[in-house]
Amino acid sequence: MKLEPDLRFADDRAGALLERARWAAGAFATLDRAATLRIARAVAEAGFGAARGYAEWAVRETGFGVVEHKRRKNELCSRGVLDAYAAQDLVGPVADGGRKLVRLARPAGVILALTPSTNPIATLYFKAVLAMLTRNAILVCPHPRAKACSADAGELLMRAARAAGAPDGAIQVVGEPALPFVEALMADPRVDLVLATGGPAMVAAAYRSGHPALGVGPGNAPAFVHETADLAAAAQRIIASKSFDNALLCTSESVVLAHEPVADGLLAALRAAKAHVCDAGQVERLRGALWDAGGGFDVEGALGKDAATVARLAGFEVPAGTLVLVAPIARTEPEEPLAREKLAPVLGFARVADAGRAGAAARAMMRQSGRGHSAAFHGADEAALLAFAAAAPALRVAVNVPLSLGAAGFGTHLGPTMTVGTGFAGGSALGGNLRPEHLVNWVEVAFAAEASLPAGLGALDPWRSRPAPPETAPIPFSPGNPPGGPVDGRRAPVPGLDPEPAPLAGDDVAALRAEIRQLVLEELRAAMRAA
Amino acid sequence: MLDYGLFRYASKQEVLDKSIRYWNPGKTRFWLDAGVDLVMGAREGYVIHDVDGRRLIDLHINGGTYNLGHRNPELIDTLRTALDYFDIGNHWFPSVARTALAEALVEVSPGLRYAVFAPGGAEAADIALKSARYATKRRKIVSIIKGYHGHSGLAVATGDERFSKIFLSDRPDEFVQVPFNDLAAMEAALRGRDVAGVIVETIPATYGFPMPAPGYLQGVKDLCRRYGSLYVADEVQTGFMRCGEMWGWQSFGVEPDIFIAAKGLSGGLYPISVCMLGEAAGGWLSEDGAAHISTTGGGEVGCFVGIKVLQILGRPETRANVRAVSEFFAEGFAELIRRHGDVIVGLRQMGTVIGVEFAHPEGAVAASRGLYENGVWAIFSSLDKRVLQFKPGALMSRALCEEVLDRFDGAVPRIRALTAELGR
Repeated sequence: MKLEPDLRFADDRAGALLERARWAAGAFATLDRAATLRIARAVAEAGFGAARGYAEWAVRETGFGVVEHKRRKNELCSRGVLDAYAAQDLVGPVADGGRKLVRLARPAGVILALTPSTNPIATLYFKAVLAMLTRNAILVCPHPRAKACSADAGELLMRAARAAGAPDGAIQVVGEPALPFVEALMADPRVDLVLATGGPAMVAAAYRSGHPALGVGPGNAPAFVHETADLAAAAQRIIASKSFDNALLCTSESVVLAHEPVADGLLAALRAAKAHVCDAGQVERLRGALWDAGGGFDVEGALGKDAATVARLAGFEVPAGTLVLVAPIARTEPEEPLAREKLAPVLGFARVADAGRAGAAARAMMRQSGRGHSAAFHGADEAALLAFAAAAPALRVAVNVPLSLGAAGFGTHLGPTMTVGTGFAGGSALGGNLRPEHLVNWVEVAFAAEASLPAGLGALDPWRSRPAPPETAPIPFSPGNPPGGPVDGRRAPVPGLDPEPAPLAGDDVAALRAEIRQLVLEELRAAMRAA
Repeated sequence: MLDYGLFRYASKQEVLDKSIRYWNPGKTRFWLDAGVDLVMGAREGYVIHDVDGRRLIDLHINGGTYNLGHRNPELIDTLRTALDYFDIGNHWFPSVARTALAEALVEVSPGLRYAVFAPGGAEAADIALKSARYATKRRKIVSIIKGYHGHSGLAVATGDERFSKIFLSDRPDEFVQVPFNDLAAMEAALRGRDVAGVIVETIPATYGFPMPAPGYLQGVKDLCRRYGSLYVADEVQTGFMRCGEMWGWQSFGVEPDIFIAAKGLSGGLYPISVCMLGEAAGGWLSEDGAAHISTTGGGEVGCFVGIKVLQILGRPETRANVRAVSEFFAEGFAELIRRHGDVIVGLRQMGTVIGVEFAHPEGAVAASRGLYENGVWAIFSSLDKRVLQFKPGALMSRALCEEVLDRFDGAVPRIRALTAELGR
């Protein structure tokens, strides 16, 4: 028998995290470009170094994907992303002499970043590196299924950031990301921007939050193989892409739209590239096994699993080494389940008469999901490519590349990203790949166009080079004057303003430290005067 | 019309008139004369409002009472929830709530064994001094000139004579005072081996937060050990993370035999204070546990609030916030002093415990008024009117800290003018 009451007490964890982030954002926004790059580089390198360990952890924790492929993504999303954007000035001042403009970056502030269970570490790395490049504080809400590896990785990145001079709280990860908690965070006025990568429900919630949000919709990518394609090469790319991390990237191919004249040849090439082409019975079994009665995809059994496991789930065996299950389908309307998004190495295969029909088929399948996302074209006919690109409701069409990484900007010149904007059609404010410039506003200082009036476009920098004090620094202390006020009219030294008291003779380290402090102080004053 | 359901006033003026008539003419008139015509109305976080609506950022926080903000939602929820089942309780009996808070306090107070509860800081100080007398079988108490430990029997006798003589409560034969930061004077007071305890605010608040000189507090502790006295730390204003650690004595690296904490433990919602005792000082709890009794000391609903206060303070985010606030104002005041060196001449700081020193001997009185007119409430030190007590709360946000600094900067011309009116 229970004798005592069940008392429940409120716990404002969200407020604690957000206030810490706000402090970080305020301090971060004053740092100069060199200090910012040091921090971003440190975070990227820390993530890169741990890419394999977290790849293993993520697979172990979520049960999704392939370690080796996750390692690759983690590396691309740490050092790779940093290298791609390091040359871009996201801090300023950036002078445009011709237009007599000077631009200063103003970071968003506190970014709430949702990360998915499918690419937990790569997305966390990606968003953290972008946030560091743009001097934003980032609070990551991982998918609950990946919370442990995400929290640990976030801690690693935070330590690296702090050691490189980032303010405390610049990177935080929510340890217990229950849905009501995440929703409360999204609605909190202390958040400036929501970066949503996740399921449609989460993304929709981000847009409802009342905050500026940059989200991705679900993928469902068609890959049109035109008769002008090198079939063997196209098949290799498609299979490599579709089997990459067991198809967990939302940019991975969903349905091959095979140009009728080469469809049989393409099937043969796919087989040669280690695809198993299912017979009608196997296709029917896949339909029954991969979706439940409500149309939900089988997350536990199939999502992110390899081809053999998925086949076994459906009740058939495939030859060892099979990378992808190809399921021929007659139509691409949404009532055909295999024309929907499948985050598993199962590829629909439909025949189309020409580029126009390919566009129509793409529209049909993307009507259900995937609008504004990605599509692939394999071939050499520019007219067919443009007809397809104009018709398919995708916002990026990658040509003759594996789509999963190609649409994400790896191996193409699209912005390397883990967050693929799906634009107006996909209900997103972001149409392109998420890039760091999306995380800042610019203060535009505009001088008179009139040629005779001067413009100050000099090399002054309003930002500070001094990094945040480390955690190990003592709490600020100032002895002040004795009671009665300054002695002999000379006030006691104020730290940060007056020179430190002379160190004891022989204490070289202390002398050096005092000298450095003095230099920093002078620099700070110069910066303040300039500002 | 100010209508509060159980009572109502036609205007703020009526409140002031009746306050003079029925409550406290001296205090009411004092603030009116000082240009601070405040009657508190709405309050939330670190912002208070006059009943007329005027908004003020609170840097007085009643010495740490509102360390976690006014009407902190987590603490309000805690008190409300506790009230669904508990009340003050019965001091005679063991209690789930008192025991839990005592355990939580002992856990964060290395070297201390017992928690004895009281409703306020002065009674906690009395318990501390009685315990020191019990343990040493000596009667004398040494305190610091212009130290402050409250207004009850023993506590008030340790303090400034302004508060004791008027009530004929000074007892110079038993209560000895020595200057702060003067180890020689301390040793002279202890040398006779007839002192039960030395009570010291870790940073004397009402005296304007003069910082202990390097080694001073440890020196006092060493002298106590040498001469058989107990070291009593008054942590009422320096505890609860305000100096960067849970207790100020931890920040200064000195271990007391007894310490007292109050104000902040209440969350500003339910009065509770504590006297933490080491093994020797706590001996009476075994010999005669009812030797000191307090019906409302450790009221059970207050214990719930206290537990929540400790929980909030224990979060890594709170520690980070205290550091961030401290660093922000360290830098901010350095800049204010650089720009207004004629008015502000020094900074005393240990974390969020800050004393701003003004050039004029009563400059802080002018500052209180100037800031009040500019939307900030910070109080001068009663026993050193050169120094403004500037006490940002542990959870203060960056945005509010920035606003405080901007308002302070904006108030300086007015403070300069008010100071000029004071003359020299």
